Amino acid sequence: MTSAALAGECYRMIDGAILHSLSLSVQVAAVSTVLIVIAGTAASYLLARRDFRGREVLDMLLTLPLVLPPTVTGYYLIVLFGRNGVIGKALYAWTGWTILFTWQAAVLASFVVALPLMIKTTRAAIESIDRTLLDASSTLGHSELWTACKVTLPLAKRGIIAGAVLSFARAMGEFGATLMVAGNIPGRTDTMPLAIYSAASSGDRSQANAMVLIFTVLSGFFLYAANRLSRRTA
Amino acid sequence: MGLSVDIRKVLSGFTLDIAWEIGDELAVLFGHSGAGKSLTLRMIAGLMRPDTGRISSGDRLLFDDSTGVDLPPQMRSLGYVFQDLALFPHMTVLQNILYGGHGIEQAERGERARTMIEWFRLAGLEHKYPGEISGGQKQRVAFARALIRRPTALLLDEPFSALDNPLRVEMRGLLRTVQKEFGIPVVLVTHDLTEAADLADRVIVCSGGRVVQAGTFEQLLARPGDPDVERLLAGCDHALSGR
Repeated sequence: MTSAALAGECYRMIDGAILHSLSLSVQVAAVSTVLIVIAGTAASYLLARRDFRGREVLDMLLTLPLVLPPTVTGYYLIVLFGRNGVIGKALYAWTGWTILFTWQAAVLASFVVALPLMIKTTRAAIESIDRTLLDASSTLGHSELWTACKVTLPLAKRGIIAGAVLSFARAMGEFGATLMVAGNIPGRTDTMPLAIYSAASSGDRSQANAMVLIFTVLSGFFLYAANRLSRRTA
Repeated sequence: MGLSVDIRKVLSGFTLDIAWEIGDELAVLFGHSGAGKSLTLRMIAGLMRPDTGRISSGDRLLFDDSTGVDLPPQMRSLGYVFQDLALFPHMTVLQNILYGGHGIEQAERGERARTMIEWFRLAGLEHKYPGEISGGQKQRVAFARALIRRPTALLLDEPFSALDNPLRVEMRGLLRTVQKEFGIPVVLVTHDLTEAADLADRVIVCSGGRVVQAGTFEQLLARPGDPDVERLLAGCDHALSGR
């Protein structure tokens, strides 16, 4: 790319539609990552430290979206959260609101699709902690909850951070399930990957080029920052 | 105070059936690996549940299957020093010790931590992490952490096994002083005859999940009550020469 062409692409960066898609993508990924860290850490702890009936089935259900095509995951979400779905119906009756085709639906899709990455890394990190340290904490008078907060989670910190970064990256790039549940509504639910798809399929190469460039630089930056962060917390 | 144990546990291929009682003294659970010594210690601490029996510390009942009493480890007020010490690697020496002071009012806890640091000669190491201190210093941190709460008994699961000989001798001296100073029952698990001979007010010899004989080391030596004990005490001349 010549410098003139690059300058032209940079000019396109300030294009309102691109900025909207970019900020929507970051917003969706950030909100879903916060939810993933909370729910994923709790689920990973239960899966790693508690022995209960159906533990491995629960693990399988939560991590299934890792191997399912995102469209299949999206389809399940429509079945569950659609206005006639099990959860969607109750939600509509209660609030008069349906989640489908809103930015929150994009958060839901990213949450479900990226959660397995959090669970896989965090569960492995928690399971690798020496059991004797947890026994020591309980002989020193501490409850399981206190031990989890003061010993287990701090020692699993690297795995949790790695899981959060992977989840954020996955959420930023989410496409298939998001398209199914949030649609691709310009100005409302068109996250960066969806906007790139629209631009490319409508032949707007210059718009697509700009977005692809921005997306690549941004993702590279996040990965670099995450690597630095996890090295510092080692 | 004293400590009284009478428990049974059936595991695959192994049955533990142990009963003994000690006063405020230093008792050594002695026997070969696989005799059930560490298992007994874990059950006293509440880290594992016996099938049946009764455990009491002083007049406090810790476990009794007939009445359904089974206090969780955090409620037993027992100090426990693990074989690998189990110091928290992400906490400094001071934080490790303070972590043992659960339930003590904050100002008092700080005061006790200072006393422990002085007592166990840890001054200057407060802000170091376990990975930055020597094996002997780690031992002393583990003791300080287990004792800051003034437990009603101290349980030690072969904590000296990884130390070289001069350090072992030093730690044994420290353990004796700890027992006298705190005046609580101390139970030391070991398969080291010299350690048993050197430290024990009372030796409880375990073999195959049972207590085969108990008494002072001299009593055991004079009248081994069992071929197992005789076998275990073989080489005691060497052990005694180190006393």
